[in-house]
Parts: sequence; C-alpha cells; structure tokens
Amino acid sequence: MKILGIDTSNLVLSVALIEDEKTLGEMTTNLKKNHSVRLMPAIDDLMDALSILPDELDGIAVAEGPGSYTGVRIGVATAKSMAWALGIPLIGVSSLEAIAWNTPFFQGMISPLFDARRGRVYTGLYRSGDGELHVEQEDRIIPLNQWLDQLKAGGEPVLFLGDDVRLHFEQIEAQLGELAHFTTPEYHIPRASHIARQGLKKISQMNPEALHRFAPAYLQLAEAEAKWLEKQKN
Amino acid sequence: MIEKYRGDREAGKPVHILGIETSCDETSAAVIKDGTEILSNVISSQVEIHKRFGGVVPEVASRRHVENITLIIEEALEEADLKLSDLSAVAVTYGPGLVGALLVGVAAAKAICFARGIPLIGVHHIAGHIYANRLMTELEFPLLALVVSGGHTELILMKDHGEYQVLGQTRDDAVGEAYDKVARTLDLPYPGGPHIDRLAQEGREEIEFPRAWLEPDSYDFSFSGLKSAVINTLHNARQRGQRLRKEDVAASFQASVIDVLVEKTIRAAREYGVKQILLAGGVAANQGLRETLKQRTESEGFPLVIPPLSLCTDNAAMIAAAGYISYQKGDFAGMDLNGIAGLSLV
Ligand SMILES: [Zn+2]
Repeated sequence: MKILGIDTSNLVLSVALIEDEKTLGEMTTNLKKNHSVRLMPAIDDLMDALSILPDELDGIAVAEGPGSYTGVRIGVATAKSMAWALGIPLIGVSSLEAIAWNTPFFQGMISPLFDARRGRVYTGLYRSGDGELHVEQEDRIIPLNQWLDQLKAGGEPVLFLGDDVRLHFEQIEAQLGELAHFTTPEYHIPRASHIARQGLKKISQMNPEALHRFAPAYLQLAEAEAKWLEKQKN
Repeated sequence: MIEKYRGDREAGKPVHILGIETSCDETSAAVIKDGTEILSNVISSQVEIHKRFGGVVPEVASRRHVENITLIIEEALEEADLKLSDLSAVAVTYGPGLVGALLVGVAAAKAICFARGIPLIGVHHIAGHIYANRLMTELEFPLLALVVSGGHTELILMKDHGEYQVLGQTRDDAVGEAYDKVARTLDLPYPGGPHIDRLAQEGREEIEFPRAWLEPDSYDFSFSGLKSAVINTLHNARQRGQRLRKEDVAASFQASVIDVLVEKTIRAAREYGVKQILLAGGVAANQGLRETLKQRTESEGFPLVIPPLSLCTDNAAMIAAAGYISYQKGDFAGMDLNGIAGLSLV
C-alpha cells in the first residue's frame, strides 16, 4: 500500500511517500516560506521523482495539529480534498506525536512542544523506549511552568523535542534539573515518513464516511469565540 | 493537465467547470456547463455564526471552510448529476478576500486538479461577480459594471471577455461597509444592509446628507464622510433630546449613496458609449439601488442586467462562469497558486 504523508503545521514542510515496509522518498525543509505556494509543487516533485501517479495512492496521512492555524489548515485542506478526489482514506496524526516518532527508543518520556505564546506551549506526553509510543498525557495547550511542575512530580526522565525547545531551554533546566533531557537539532523537526507510517498502521480502521467531517486539532477556540463564550458566562 | 484540456476540446465535449469560492464567509461550490448554464450552485452561509460577533471573524470563517469544503463540493457534483471524471477544470477564487479563508479553497482546488489531472484556473473575485451576469444573458461589449459589496465599490469598463479597466473605485469605505457601520449606529442587527434597505422603503428623505462627488471628472467614490455625517446627525439629535425616525435616517442615507452610485454610472456609460450596464456584488440585492438604476438606465436607453438575488451574493457559480473565459484562452494556473488578500483586477 502506498501512503502519502504531509506536514505543514509549523515552519517545517515535509512530504513523504511510503510503500508497505519501505520509505520511497521524503522531502523536508525548515524555512519561513509560504506553505500554500510550496506544498503542492513539493508533492508533485516527489511523486514525479518516484514515477508514482496520484491514482496509485492508497491513503493520505496528514499532521492534523496543533500548530500554526493557517499552516495546519493548508495541510489538512489539501490532504482532505486530495483524499476525497481519489476516493481513498484520510488519516490524521498529531503534529506533536509526529515529532516524538523521531526518538521512540528513548528510555523515559517524550514531551514534544511548540511555543504557543504568552508563556504557553502545545505539548503532550508520550512514553517511549521500546520503539513504540504510548500516550501518557493527551496533547494540550498549557502554561509551560505548570506543565513542568507536573513532569517534575512524575519523577521520570523527559526528553524535550521540537525547534521551540531552545526558546525555553533555561526554564526547563531550571524547573526539571536532571530529569530534563535534550538532543541535537536533527531530532527536532517532523518527518512526513513517520506520519505516513502511522497512516499505514491505522488505514484499515478508517471509516470513509469520516472524511467530510475531518477537521484540524487546533486545541483551542478561535480568540473571538473564546471571548464570546466568556461573555455569555458573565 | 493541459493534455486533458486539449483532448476534451478536440473531442468537442461539453465543458464542465467546478467553481469553488471561499473568500469570505460563504463556502460555495458549483458546476457550470459551457460557461453559462448552472448545473448546481451550493452555498453554505456562515452568517448565523458570525452574527454573534457583529461581523465576520476571519479565523472562525477559515475553520468552517475546512470543515465544509469537501462536503459542499460533493453536493455540487451530486446536484449536477456528474462524476469527478466529467469535470474539465476547477476554477477557484484566489483573491481578493480574507487570506486564511481564500487558502482553503485554493488548497482544495489544487488538490483536486492534481488528483484528477485537470487544469486549474485562478479567478479574481470581482471578475466572478461581473460574470454572474453571464449566467442570465450574453454580455455585449463595451460594457460597464458597477460592482458594489461589503468589500468593493468599483466602476469597471470591459471591452472584451476577461479584459477589465477600473474607471473608479472607493477611496475609503466600500458601500457595504458604510451600510454596516450606519446600521450599527441605528442599532440594527448584523448584517445591516438589508435592514437599512427595508427601513428606507418606509421612510422619507427628510435629512439632507452630503454627496461626495469628488473632482468633476472622477469616477471614484468616497463614503466615509457620509457615514460620519449620519453618525453626527444622530448624535446631535440625541443631545437635543430630539428623536429621529430610523426610517427617515435610513431613507436619507440610502438616497445619498444611490444618488452618487447611479449618477457616476450613467456618466461613465455615456462617456464610453456602452452597450450594457451590469450591476454586481452583494449590495446589488439592495431594492432602492435596483429600482433607481432601472429607472435611470431606461430613460437613458442603456440595457441593464441585474442578476437574481441568489447570484448577487458570493457564490461559486459566478467563479466558474468567469473561469470559463480563462479555460477558453488556455490560461491556467500552476500548482503554486496562492491566495492573495489584496489581489488587483488588472
Ligand atoms: Zn463578493
């Protein structure tokens, strides 16, 4: 089965094609450039290089968020429309989990994170070590100091992943001390081949009816909606 | 993609264009046959969602577009009784509009074209509004289009299909914007335009509001002065403890707007000796404007085309109709097509 993987949820643009046990190709950039302009040409180039036609695809897996609202939407709108036009399943994969797949042999916990401004981060907690990932804490948006307090109480080693870790490096070290683990930059960026791999695992469980309802996992309401709800309460 | 286009043309097949429109708060998809015949035109309006915010919230609109997009496109195909393989091309609005909202439609259109190997056409939203008229009657050139909506107030001269010359445009607020702001000061619910139009029918033109004619030979518009005049008049009346009838304020405001719009349109029509005058855009639903323009064009001898209400507001049928012109010219977009908030027509 051939699965196309897509991630445009943050600065990284990554597309990959896998076939069963083989990764056929992957293209990943980490640039501040427009995903809307570059995503389709990247898919086109990759498939062209591999001489694979769109109707040979069996499924599409996409990073569903969290991340930049616009970035996530470009990936999801593209993947959803392409899957619909080809009549194939669409599988969503957490954008955080996608990065955690870079280090599934780390003995302990993985906390992939994206900065969410105003002291908050998007993160989740994944137990790793055996080459698999087990969700310990669902993805969420949370003040970083509160998150670090929780991890400290857990008492287990935690590996932090994601390019935004360097923004908060000092705070993480200060609050977690020896429990905090860091790694080199190549482990910080998501790779669409991991997303495609998760897609392949889940493809048989996908309900084709679910495609139309597929929506990004923003993990928070639009600001105007949040304010409106707040007003209703008062 | 071009092969599919050539093949279809040589075989003399009917041209079915799927239109997609997501530039503001309507998610719409439509199928048009041979540029003029509507096979379907599905519109999912978000107006009920945005009402609570008193205006369109871009992030909320973009979210709704992603949720709805494939379902609306599928409905458009089903209603047209066609399969994806029957499509000749996809035409999509790529500007102007809310950039986050535009991106959803553009991404969807590109993905469908790539998946099915059919050509992609980028359409300017205003070209779409103008071409809504071609779904009613054949266009005759030169023609003059008055485009009035929440985001636009433009007088456009067309000497041929797909050729646009902007004679004048607003220097500040769009007509629809002025309507919404005045409606807010009158405590009318969002969207305010239709409420003012309705009240104006019941009111009298009691208040003399200014008309912004600008320079004698200018076809440009300006509505911010008028909007301020209305707000000041209401404010002053309130301070004097005097109550103005909302109906009369609406009627007076609307008279000022229509006066300027219609006079400039007629003047341009005379200057360029046009064969048709088209009214386009959401404000074309305004009864007062429709009536006045009808009377004036009739007495001046200019044929007037106004689309039915359903084609005045944002819809994908008009986008597909405009896209057909590009299709005939073989003018296609690449997979790098982007949504552009401030896209210009020429
Ligand atoms: Zn419009």
